[in-house]
Amino acid sequence: MKHLRSIDELGHDGVVRLLELTRHMVEINARPVPKVPALRGKTVVSLFFEDSTRTRLSFETAAKRLSADTMTFSVSTSSVNKGESLRDTIETISDMGVDAFVVRHKSTGTPWQISDWTNASVVNAGDGWHQHPTQALVDCFTVRQALGVERFDGLTLTIVGDIKHSRVARSNISAFSMLGANVVLVAPPTLLPPDVAHWPVTVSHRLDDVLARTDILYMLRLQSERMSQGHVPSLREYGETFGLDAARAAKLPSTAVIMHPGPMNRGVEMLVDPSALPNSLIHQQVANGVAVRMAVLFDLLAGESSTAHLATVAS
Amino acid sequence: MTSAERIVLKGGRVVDSRGERVADVAVQGGVVVEVGEQLGSGRTIDASGCVVAPGFVDLHAHLREPGKEEAETIETGSRAGAKGGYTALVAMPNTDPPQDSVAVIDFVREQGKRAGLVEVVPSGCITLGRQGETLAPMAELAAAGVRIFTDDGNGVQDELLMRRAMEYAKGLGVTLAQHCEVATLTKGAVMNECQCCTSLGLPGWPSIAEELMVFRDIELARLTGARVHFLHLSTARSVELVRAAKRDGLPITAEVTPHHLSLDETRLTTFDTVFKVNPPLRSLADIAALQAGVVDGTIDALATDHAPHPRRDKELTLDQAPPGMLGLETALGVALGVLDVSLTQLVRIMSIHPAQIAGIADRHGRDIEPGAPANLVVFDPNATWQVEPETLASKSRNTPYVGMTLRGKVRHTMFNGDITVLNGEAQR
Amino acid sequence: MVMSVDDVRRAITRIAHEILERQQGSASLALVGLQRGGAWLADAIAAAVNVIEPHATVPVGYIDVSMHRDDIGLRPVVPGAISRIDFAVDGTTVVLVDDVLFTGRTVRAAMEGINTYGRPRAVQLAVLVDRGHRELPIRPDYVGKNLPTHVDDDVRATQDGVIITNRVSS
Repeated sequence: MKHLRSIDELGHDGVVRLLELTRHMVEINARPVPKVPALRGKTVVSLFFEDSTRTRLSFETAAKRLSADTMTFSVSTSSVNKGESLRDTIETISDMGVDAFVVRHKSTGTPWQISDWTNASVVNAGDGWHQHPTQALVDCFTVRQALGVERFDGLTLTIVGDIKHSRVARSNISAFSMLGANVVLVAPPTLLPPDVAHWPVTVSHRLDDVLARTDILYMLRLQSERMSQGHVPSLREYGETFGLDAARAAKLPSTAVIMHPGPMNRGVEMLVDPSALPNSLIHQQVANGVAVRMAVLFDLLAGESSTAHLATVAS
Repeated sequence: MTSAERIVLKGGRVVDSRGERVADVAVQGGVVVEVGEQLGSGRTIDASGCVVAPGFVDLHAHLREPGKEEAETIETGSRAGAKGGYTALVAMPNTDPPQDSVAVIDFVREQGKRAGLVEVVPSGCITLGRQGETLAPMAELAAAGVRIFTDDGNGVQDELLMRRAMEYAKGLGVTLAQHCEVATLTKGAVMNECQCCTSLGLPGWPSIAEELMVFRDIELARLTGARVHFLHLSTARSVELVRAAKRDGLPITAEVTPHHLSLDETRLTTFDTVFKVNPPLRSLADIAALQAGVVDGTIDALATDHAPHPRRDKELTLDQAPPGMLGLETALGVALGVLDVSLTQLVRIMSIHPAQIAGIADRHGRDIEPGAPANLVVFDPNATWQVEPETLASKSRNTPYVGMTLRGKVRHTMFNGDITVLNGEAQR
Repeated sequence: MVMSVDDVRRAITRIAHEILERQQGSASLALVGLQRGGAWLADAIAAAVNVIEPHATVPVGYIDVSMHRDDIGLRPVVPGAISRIDFAVDGTTVVLVDDVLFTGRTVRAAMEGINTYGRPRAVQLAVLVDRGHRELPIRPDYVGKNLPTHVDDDVRATQDGVIITNRVSS
């Protein structure tokens, strides 16, 4: 598969392969000169239709550490509406010679649509509420690293927050389940997807009930718009019932870890400063971002998933 | 014009409200002149192996003119209709400007006459500008010949306004057609709310958004006595509600589209915008209920909701792409493939009932007998064919049936005694 | 079999002596084995050095060259074991160690890789077997055995011996 679009599409073996490759990249990042020529001559284009400085920079740094050339298109949706279809945009950029698109868009399915219109590899940096596979890889890698394990059998991942609108949640549920974890979702019913009963998870509406058996506590960000859409009465009430404060952090087992994909909404889902929590992995998540994305780009453009050499042979 | 010449449709099986019989049909001067076996003299048109039926009537076609001519024009839409076996199309009023004034109604009708391929029957808006706030000048439009009113594209959200519209319509003897969608429940929705959309993280359109308005309008019809027609029903519960309303003797009719009878919600897992439509593709259980509703007569008509969009508009992300699919040229092929009905029943839902609902039963959907206007379709119910988008008469290409094999193909279409389609080719 | 287990052992001992002699001791010396073929050899040479000069501590590192190969894009690259260089490379004489020297491309990649860790004082090359057919101007400083081979032959070198499998080219 020459694209990385969803965890399910990547599959268990693909997840493990990329996590292993990430270890190589971590080592490279630790060198005095953290740069290898592996993707020299390749062009990686960032197409971010949704603003995200952090993820975009993470991808661009990853590309540069592998010596790829990068191009950035921060496209506001209005410029696409002005007569140029998404397909036109992709084809125009592809004509400039692109090996990989890194795409973030607020509409689910965009990476699949884009794959139909280009020969380049497509990396999903987040599509709507659907998938954010590199974030899930970062999170799995960080847990492996912190707990010193390769599989998560017997461990419970508890995801708290706006599951309904979360691509991070969907990707992580798949990835952590593939590695053997039990998954518990904690949210008010309004923030759970309508058909969550069919997911391979346990659901709870009370965070305090599940803390004692949580090994990995994953807090999701609650967007302030959810209040005006009637999902929660107020951010304050949400924080009281589902936020992580010092008391709740103390209820976790001593071996448990705390994670958040960022950016944090302090005072909403995080009522305690995470740097005050010894078991927080939030910094490591950020630190591992570049290495994971290096692994992804390397795999697609030079590693096992690459197909460029087939084109050469054919011609 | 060749209508003075005698034309004989030879070797086919005539199907109308009275059933099926082997017969040739002779047409001259725009009307049927003779029906019987082994008819002679005149120009012969081969109908062997085919059904000869009253021309199809589509209650629901978006011809896009005026306002969105890059998607379709009344001429190209008429041609698509003729190729699909249609002799009359009810043109939906969500044009720009909308069909809420006599000027626009007359324009649409004239454009249809100029194209000369089908009878274009303009529908009128229920509310001014389809804004859902004040009533459109329904009496004026009725005087200009409009028999059916709808705000299609949207449902009329305000209950009081809908009640007033029904009371007013009752006085005029016209039919109100509703696009049932409670807008507050469907904001941003892209597909049916179901298991699929949950894991895909796509905003969903819950079934009750349609059913609530179906229930409301049935009760308002009960209260006011107005004639109400439900457009593109898509859920099992909607069918149940209509079935109960008919049992109670209410003047309710309903239509279903070919795509809602044949395509289910899992098509959206490809993220292909061609499958985005309003109301959305639903579950297999809904499809089964809709098919059963057609078979038992709860659903009166097959209507295409032909909704052309230029390629560029559909090459957008799922949330931005406009909903809608083509339907005129594939309706017969899809219907014969999925519906377990007799040819007589098929002709009822594609011609006889829609003609009655549209108020044009004096000239369309009529029994084939001497004196009847010659609006006919000749189709081969067994021919299989594949959809090739580039050969469609429509200006647009957003058909969901690309590459699929359909069963049932129109061979000839006749409109007012003129051959508009001969051997599958449009003559005009 | 062109080298027996004893041949290999003796060659390693000789190479260790040669390295120490040329270096005039073990100060600022380091061995870096090329993954994977050179890793065991680097360990073996380090052990031999320890036998000759017991107070010597020669750091051993390992480098995976897959990221630096020049044929990336011609075929998919699957990295092997992870590099590990725990010592300072700046000012150190780095002896690259590989089991078989062939075209020289792997060594070139290793030299480029070493540069991402620092600037060595010098880079030298120790190999157990030099089988010829160089495609780059690379020459070894320490060789266990020179072995003429056909370019299609398969050469395997381990602690237990070196085996050539002749390929009959058609």
